[in-house]
Amino acid sequence: MTERTMQNLLQGKALGRTEIEDLVVVPLFAVIVALILGAVTMLATNIDLPTIGRSYVALLEGSLGSLNAVSETLTAAAPLILAGLGLALGFRAGLFNIGAEGQIVIGGLAAVVTGFSFAYLPSIILLPLSLFAGALAGALYASIAGWLRAATGAHEVISTIMLNLISYRLLDYFLSLPYVQQTGRADPISKSVPEAAELPRLLTAIDPNLRVHAGIFLMLIMVGLVYWLLFRSKLGFEFRASGENPKAARFAGMHSGIIIVAAMATAGALAGLAGANQVLGVLGRATPGFSAGLGFDAIAVALLGRSHPVGVVFAGLLFGALEAGGRQMQVDAGVSIDLIGIIQALIIIFIAAPLLVRAIFPWGFRRKKGGVS
Amino acid sequence: MFTSSFTKLAASLATVLITTSAASAFTACQVTDTGGIDDNSFNQTAWKGVQDAIADFGVDGRFLESQAETDYEANINSLIEGDCDVIITVGFLLGDATKNAAEANPDQRFSIVDFSYDPPLPNVLGQVYATDEAAFLAGYLAAGMSKTGVLGTFGGINIPPVTIFMDGFVNGVEYYNAQNDTAVTVLGWDTQTREGLFTNNFESLDDGRAYAQNLYDEGADIVLPVAGPVGLGSAALADELGTDQLMIIGVDADLYATDPEKGHVYLTSITKRMDATVRQVIEMAMNDQLEGGLIVGSLENGGVDLAPFHDLDSAVPDALKAELADIRAAIIDGSISVSP
Repeated sequence: MTERTMQNLLQGKALGRTEIEDLVVVPLFAVIVALILGAVTMLATNIDLPTIGRSYVALLEGSLGSLNAVSETLTAAAPLILAGLGLALGFRAGLFNIGAEGQIVIGGLAAVVTGFSFAYLPSIILLPLSLFAGALAGALYASIAGWLRAATGAHEVISTIMLNLISYRLLDYFLSLPYVQQTGRADPISKSVPEAAELPRLLTAIDPNLRVHAGIFLMLIMVGLVYWLLFRSKLGFEFRASGENPKAARFAGMHSGIIIVAAMATAGALAGLAGANQVLGVLGRATPGFSAGLGFDAIAVALLGRSHPVGVVFAGLLFGALEAGGRQMQVDAGVSIDLIGIIQALIIIFIAAPLLVRAIFPWGFRRKKGGVS
Repeated sequence: MFTSSFTKLAASLATVLITTSAASAFTACQVTDTGGIDDNSFNQTAWKGVQDAIADFGVDGRFLESQAETDYEANINSLIEGDCDVIITVGFLLGDATKNAAEANPDQRFSIVDFSYDPPLPNVLGQVYATDEAAFLAGYLAAGMSKTGVLGTFGGINIPPVTIFMDGFVNGVEYYNAQNDTAVTVLGWDTQTREGLFTNNFESLDDGRAYAQNLYDEGADIVLPVAGPVGLGSAALADELGTDQLMIIGVDADLYATDPEKGHVYLTSITKRMDATVRQVIEMAMNDQLEGGLIVGSLENGGVDLAPFHDLDSAVPDALKAELADIRAAIIDGSISVSP
């Protein structure tokens, strides 16, 4: 990124053509190339052309083609966007946080335990309380890595990966405690949360099978909040300043240690909310593996969204649509849902290599003149 | 231009869709658990039942793999939308999701593997198996074959359809000890405390390898992994060590056949003929005979069994084979109880 771009970003100025290309055109082409290469992959595994066509039609139908499809897309997108927002915020602050998965696990666990522990409370108190518990637990868990970075210099990539592994074992342990474990079950599965703690489903009046729930409102509120935090608040300015140039930020009198811990905690709170969203909105309880790799998919969402809250929404919706549509693809065309993983991975490769995308689609970009960049 | 050609393409594809689905009147659909359709054991065996039905009755078959527990409900819902005549959910872990879907959609017929509802649901047929009968034979065989006198087992998740394998196995070993005055021990499962070694997933081949390595380090020379594809990791370890060091007992399918590359490490497999019961369920649904309740696979009706020894056949003494045949008959006629 050029110094001018950086300055523009820091000052929130309108973006120039090159920046728009980076933000919009590269991701768009990345998705297109990934879909084409996905088709090539199918061809290579002896799937005939009509089936490939049918599978992409099913992908579209299953993500947008019906009310249920849209409901599934939103259900899948909400936790990705929540966790993706947190990661985006971390990236802006120069922190490469790989720990969303662990923060989701811990946040979800805290939300479930709070939910069934205070089952006597009315929904208007219990639901916010459970969500808050999820966010708080996620924030605390993430700030361990932040503190390690600030106090000892331990790199957050390493410490968050390790904290992910620890979170899985912690979940296994908590799910086997008599207080948490569902009565009458020997396997690790938590008690169910009462209805008052559940994020209410929105469209059950139309069809009881529609799963979309109030978590999408939570997600929208957080998008606004993160946008405000990043681009309109003093703390957000400090996040971005230390991300762009830690030395300059320090000379300007910002406390880098506090900023690192604060940024990690905010990212962890958002990931914790994503976990709470899953257990309170979809499952109603915690099980091993309820996080289902969301925290890793969310990294891709944050990268694809170029670490911008609005970009993260679009990227999350795309990944949610791929997941929902992938299901339909398997039902209609019999193509394995694993293909969706391949397409997602290809998208990331092309996002990470903008020069490659520019080389494939030279006409999509304005030629650079001289050595301005 | 582009849009119009795209619409045409979509329309022609839609015609293809309609014609193919109209070709056969009956569709059987299946939802897997997180192990995946190609797990060489649990889900694959159940799916083979649908494939057999496709071949024998000319029905249509579809499956949907669950990537995570959050998918169970969504996957069942997608199939309900997909006009399935019967939806077969594979595995205990889908018990709650299947119940919810069955109650919300009383006109849809379901069948679930490894789960029985109490009280039974009118539109769900459970398929359960007396797996401990076959596992008892495997335990007796393993005790007779062990050189170290130590056997090992581990499970995927501590749920009844998994632990029933381990119960039968341990009881078979104890029966061997009582008959032959030996002291063969089993690591990894305690039938009294109901606690043991569990990977807590049905996916990780790495776990399968690590757990088998731990058991091997503790002296076990035969290991029974009850965790679907996880056991393939254990088989990889046995393949490297050699069968004189470590042998594996497969579960669900005859793993000699489904995992041919490492087939030689399997002493035998405890087969659970989900393919037979799934095919039976589809036949019942086609004849409109599908109701709530249970079908039980046992040693007597071939629903569970011990697979042949294949490559290791010559290693198993004839006397042991004869004893196994006697015990098998005794379990079927009820004179030996597999859960004392």
